[in-house]
Amino acid sequence: MQQIPDIIRLVPLQNYIWFSTALFCIGIIGVLTRRNAIIIFMSVELMLNAVNLLLAAFSSYKSDPSGQIFVFFIMAVAAAEVAVGLAIIVMIYRNIKTIDVGLLNKLKW
Amino acid sequence: MSLITLIPLLPLLGFLINGIGFRHVPKSLAGIISSGVALASFACVLSLFFGFDGKPQVVSVFDWITVGKLNISFSFLIDQLSLLMLLIITGVGSLIHIYSIGYMSHDEGFGKFFAFLNLFLFFMLLLVMGSNYVVMFIGWEGVGLCSYLLIGFWNKNTNYGNAARKAFIMNRIGDLGFLLGIFMIISHFGSVEYASIQESVVEGGYLSGDKTLFYITLLLFVGAMGKSAQIPLYTWLPDAMAGPTPVSALIHAATMVTAGIYMIIRSNFMYSLAPETLEIVAWVGLATALLAASIGLFQNDIKKVLAYSTVSQLGYMFMGLGVMAYSSSFFHVMTHAFFKALLFLGAGSVIHAMSDEQDIRKMGGLRKVLPITFVTFLIATIAISGIPPFSGFFSKDEILAHVYEHNKLMWGFALLGSIMTSFYMFRLLFLTFFGEFRGTSEQKHHLHESPLTMTAPLMILAIFSAGAGFFNLPHIFNGHSSLATFMAPLFAHSNVEHAAVDESLEKMLMIVSVVAALLSAGLAYVIYVSKKSVPSADSQVSGIQKLIYNKYYVDEIYDTVFVKPITALSNFFHSVFEFLVIDLIVEGIGKGVKSLSSEARLLQSGTTGNYIFGMVLSIVVILGISFFGADISQMVDSLKALISK
Repeated sequence: MQQIPDIIRLVPLQNYIWFSTALFCIGIIGVLTRRNAIIIFMSVELMLNAVNLLLAAFSSYKSDPSGQIFVFFIMAVAAAEVAVGLAIIVMIYRNIKTIDVGLLNKLKW
Repeated sequence: MSLITLIPLLPLLGFLINGIGFRHVPKSLAGIISSGVALASFACVLSLFFGFDGKPQVVSVFDWITVGKLNISFSFLIDQLSLLMLLIITGVGSLIHIYSIGYMSHDEGFGKFFAFLNLFLFFMLLLVMGSNYVVMFIGWEGVGLCSYLLIGFWNKNTNYGNAARKAFIMNRIGDLGFLLGIFMIISHFGSVEYASIQESVVEGGYLSGDKTLFYITLLLFVGAMGKSAQIPLYTWLPDAMAGPTPVSALIHAATMVTAGIYMIIRSNFMYSLAPETLEIVAWVGLATALLAASIGLFQNDIKKVLAYSTVSQLGYMFMGLGVMAYSSSFFHVMTHAFFKALLFLGAGSVIHAMSDEQDIRKMGGLRKVLPITFVTFLIATIAISGIPPFSGFFSKDEILAHVYEHNKLMWGFALLGSIMTSFYMFRLLFLTFFGEFRGTSEQKHHLHESPLTMTAPLMILAIFSAGAGFFNLPHIFNGHSSLATFMAPLFAHSNVEHAAVDESLEKMLMIVSVVAALLSAGLAYVIYVSKKSVPSADSQVSGIQKLIYNKYYVDEIYDTVFVKPITALSNFFHSVFEFLVIDLIVEGIGKGVKSLSSEARLLQSGTTGNYIFGMVLSIVVILGISFFGADISQMVDSLKALISK
């Protein structure tokens, strides 16, 4: 059975970079344009995954496992963050019966 | 703890007990505590004095300031000069404390008064016991503070409060000179200890007339001018009579005002090498003596007369210092402490009997109701007028003889001053104690001799006023000049020329001054007893008499020359500078920030999307710079090059 890094190396590095950049930009645009808190959340996850993919790719190409270990860390932290973030969104919904971030503008001058 | 440190510590203890426990320490106890500590201090001084072997003794209490090579220790010096000063301060001080028990008995602030008196004693003792100029300066400032507190003791009266402030401010002007003098000493000699400065002066081979010593001594003399009420800083002393009479006796006659003389005697090794300063000291002293004596001639307030007489006598002491007759000056300090304290206490007794009336035009004939006060007052008057064999005669004639040696013109003026002294003192005596009573019948009914706590100090002081002259009996009366001999080691390095005055000349000088004093006393008798004339009311005086009665308008001149311009300047700054410059800048900054922020706060819209957009944009910019920064700066450079071409 082939090693995972070998499988990753089947695709050229350039493609990973382009793909990650595209994914990251989609995430940014999602965060900037959408008003639904959950979709913004998903876009954030998209950005995180773009970074994870790039880390895995680079680590395979450099034969350095630390990049992949870092990916695990990011996943663990992201999971915790999702738990907290979703809890916050639930609380917001309970209070104002909506999760439209455009309406959450009370914290200003 | 040695006896020496105990001397100043005891009054401090008394101050703490009476000061912290004010209104809690019972009235009867407060007076006893504070007189007790003064007497205990006096006992310590006496035992030190009789055990003194002629060698100066330095007791270091603790190291106080150490900066670089300069080391200022908090230490006490016991030598001939400080011992004599200590005797006067604690001795006369104790008597005045006892007197105050009777004098202040009806006052609400009884305990406070005694606390302040003890505090004064503490600082005065520090002043004379310190072994360096800095400790002296602490005492110097401390007595100034106590003087302020006690002049304004009846602080519900605004005038008294103003008098206190005047005294304090005038003293501060002098203190500035003193402080600058100390700074010069530090920068020049690198030490403030008397002993080491003396050593460097003696070994440094300074010539007479050295410029540095001239400036140092002159600055120190400015300090002495303030504290000892010499022209031009004398005007505070007559106003200081606002305080209770025992204060005038203790602080403004016997002790504090002689601090300047003490300081100059302490620094004699420098003064003797600065003849220009000595000349200035002598003439300032003479001018003060004459001016104050002439003002004293026409004053009608019993304490004001005594105040001007104090200023005038201090002038004599400075004149003595100016002709290097240090021990004679000190002799006069000593006798003056006795008879002037006695005069003030006697005046206090009169004021007490007259229900706080101080105008001598409303007194008269008091000798029958106040016999003890009268006799003691008479003794003091004779003493200050310089009539033998009372103390003032010996000390004043010693100074006059030295002045004659130095400059005959000066002697002539000084003699004129002593004639005036004799006249105004006998005028005071006759108007107060002779003739008919001129007060209201209510006052007449109230007249009474003072209690024993007040008359006992009077009697003791009277004995000393009469007899103190024998401490330093000159050779022509078969005396040994014991005081001068005792003090001689102090002046070992200052080349004091003790050219023996020709005996027949000395006798002649004495006879001249005694006859002059007796004549002017006789003149006063003729005017105020035989002719029974009474000084006219304030509104009727005119001409030169009015000029003198109003103290030559010196206060008014100072007011126009110094106070008014400064007030005007302050007003200008307050109304113009304050509004146009300070407010403009300060408020301008405030308003600018406010208007800027009122615009800038709109950026904080509260919409999350905007924030995120800002964040993304910023990150893009930062990344752009970090990736393409080198290229951009290269582009800018080439653009610049292009433009410059």
